[in-house]
Amino acid sequence: MRAVGIILAGGQSDRLRELSAVRATPAMPVGSCYRAIDFPLSNMANSGIRKVAVITQYNSRSLHDHLNSSKWWGFGRKQGGLFVLAPFLSKEGNFGFRGTADSIHQNISFLERSKEPYVVITGGDGIYKMDYNAVLDFHIQRDADITVVCKDVHGMDVTNFGVVALGENGRITHFEEKPLEAFSNTISLGIYIIKRTLLIELLGTIISEGRFDFVRDIVERYRKRLNIYGFMYNDYWAVINSAQSYFNINMDFLRTDIRNMFFAQEPFIETKNKDEPPAKYNAHSQVKNCLVGCGSIIDGLAENSVLFRRVKVGEGAAVRNSVIMEGCHIYPGAIVVNAILDKNVKVLSGAEVIGGAGEPKVIMKGSVV
Amino acid sequence: MVITTLRGDFVRKKEMIAMLLAGGQGSRLGVLTKNKAKPAVAFGGKYRIIDFPMSNCINSGVDTVGVLTQYQPLQLNRHIGIGIPWDLDRRHGGVTVLPPHMKAGEEEGNWYTGTADAIYQNINFIDRYNPTYVLVISGDHIYRMDYGEMLARHKQTGADVTIAVLEVPWEEANRFGIMNTDENGKIHSFEEKPKEPKSNLASMGIYIFTWDMMQAALLEVHEDYADMDFGKHLIPEYLKQNKNLYAYPFSGYWKDVGTIDSFWAANMDLIKTVPEFDLYEDFAKIYTSSEHQPPQFSGANSDIRASLISEGCQVYGTVHNSILGTDVHVAEGAIVRDSIIMEGSVIHENSVLEKVIVDVGCVIGKNTQIGIGEDIINEEKPKIYNTGITVVGEGSQIPEGVVIGKNCVIHGVTTAENYIDGKLESGGTLDLTEEVQKPCEQ
Repeated sequence: MRAVGIILAGGQSDRLRELSAVRATPAMPVGSCYRAIDFPLSNMANSGIRKVAVITQYNSRSLHDHLNSSKWWGFGRKQGGLFVLAPFLSKEGNFGFRGTADSIHQNISFLERSKEPYVVITGGDGIYKMDYNAVLDFHIQRDADITVVCKDVHGMDVTNFGVVALGENGRITHFEEKPLEAFSNTISLGIYIIKRTLLIELLGTIISEGRFDFVRDIVERYRKRLNIYGFMYNDYWAVINSAQSYFNINMDFLRTDIRNMFFAQEPFIETKNKDEPPAKYNAHSQVKNCLVGCGSIIDGLAENSVLFRRVKVGEGAAVRNSVIMEGCHIYPGAIVVNAILDKNVKVLSGAEVIGGAGEPKVIMKGSVV
Repeated sequence: MVITTLRGDFVRKKEMIAMLLAGGQGSRLGVLTKNKAKPAVAFGGKYRIIDFPMSNCINSGVDTVGVLTQYQPLQLNRHIGIGIPWDLDRRHGGVTVLPPHMKAGEEEGNWYTGTADAIYQNINFIDRYNPTYVLVISGDHIYRMDYGEMLARHKQTGADVTIAVLEVPWEEANRFGIMNTDENGKIHSFEEKPKEPKSNLASMGIYIFTWDMMQAALLEVHEDYADMDFGKHLIPEYLKQNKNLYAYPFSGYWKDVGTIDSFWAANMDLIKTVPEFDLYEDFAKIYTSSEHQPPQFSGANSDIRASLISEGCQVYGTVHNSILGTDVHVAEGAIVRDSIIMEGSVIHENSVLEKVIVDVGCVIGKNTQIGIGEDIINEEKPKIYNTGITVVGEGSQIPEGVVIGKNCVIHGVTTAENYIDGKLESGGTLDLTEEVQKPCEQ
């Protein structure tokens, strides 16, 4: 393969509210049986990238748990492999990772020991399906120093993203991270391709200057000195950055086109196998427009919802417009509407969890309602 | 314990290894076992029958399993692979598929002619692990058992052979191999399908042998019987020599799924509200080979009750009292009742299926009706298809709008021309696979 992969999986977002209290964003459960990081990780594997580093930091226990074996994504071979890199103590002290660039630099030996000429860098919280080879071909053809994958978006607030303006041949003429005022509706998806040796060199330079952020201190700062190009991507892409976006992404999986894209068209998104039995529908179940995870037992009503693995919905219980994570138990007669139930929540008989249409109610992991 | 062999290399000792007999054809399962051995037949949605004994092995701490294959082994071999789903991919031990083979000096190879003969032909395999005990199980029963407990009993009684037994209803005892025991569970006689049973303890086909003695017995007896079998020859020989045979009573769920009706009924057992055999218990999980497994989707007009639905299924129609394997598609308006639909099959719009077993990868056209009409038993194979269940063989296609009766068998890519007046009456057979000569695959 021509590239190694780096997945920046250290992040968290306060706008995820209670959901991020127990896990890093890339470990967020998505689409009934996946976690967010399955998407970039499967994209890497499916693009033929055999050596991938996942850099973790914030609240990484559940992420490490998910990545405890690399076999689900086809890594763990004699050539290449999956490298899960967390902050460590060293002679120089413990800084944690002071930024995305610093997190790569503290693990620079991963890059130094690689032979592949290019590096694909992506976040761990984007939901998308991409063949990085197409981006790499573009990168080589343009003789770019850095390629940034971009997308035109409509009807969303772009000031939370890196906003990009492209010249005629795709060269990035303007780049501003989280601008006060948007100057275009093209955003960076946080997916980059860069020559490995150039990345090592740039990291060395900026870290010695006390700069630690890949986007601000490399992409933005060097945009005039380097040839930085934008590769336009047009398919489905979504990022988990708030409770509402998390809710919406899960609901997107109820759409036939999205399900077909991820589930029916090769290559597939892979995840850790939990060996659960088939979903069981009992005599009183009424399930309409739902994704149901394996190991679930349904005897009540579920509508327009995403149910993860091992969810129990008792007789006479009703679940509507909700995201119900793994191991939740909705007891007989309970009602859940417009809600996100984190893992292992119990909603007891007679209890109600009701959120607003544009603002799902979030129940913390392990709560009893 | 490490034992140095004469050659100086090491044989690490395994206390007990398992030999899993998976070579049987299972002819009473009719078209379901035409292209695959019985242990490879799908069961309980996402599983295959062999997953149950295989999972029992690993859940009991038996990490070395020899799988004896013979009849149509391709799908079985693919399913087992190197044992990854059961954590049986091991540096020492793990799973080994053991097909019949030629030995030095033979003009022709030997098939496995009987259950004990299959073990005899693999003495070298067993010796590589130098086990104290050998567990012999078969690949065609649905149950969950801790073989470790059975081994503890074997040691405690000082038995030479321990045979797992199940109390069956007295009126059915004449269908089984019956063990007559004393009050301590010591077996003093054995009768295969006795007309007048003296006991209702039926052999489950699960044996623990002390290997030294078993090896000696196999070597001693094999010349006498060309088709050396456990029940017919080896156990009687042990009894004749006054060896210690003990019964190990088992009281959990155990089903032989050797006939179309028992196979269907055991599947249906799983969908009861409180099933006797509970797949959802956290201990002793059943493992299976699973490739791509997205979640299951139920459409806005779907109506699913009392059913098991596996990963990747898309259900837009009605599914009642049924079991769907992985990646099954039930289109809008289709009705599936009391049926088993295996992996990857597609049921098109407005078709109605009642008491039908649809094997892997079938396509049922729109507006068809299957399992409708009088309950007339199958004309060609009345002993196999006689309980009202219609069976559609692997990879079959059924055209739009046809009506198919009960106890029918369909296999192959059928078109409207194959149906007289758009019908296949109850008890009819439509098998097009014989006529198509497959080209020799290079």
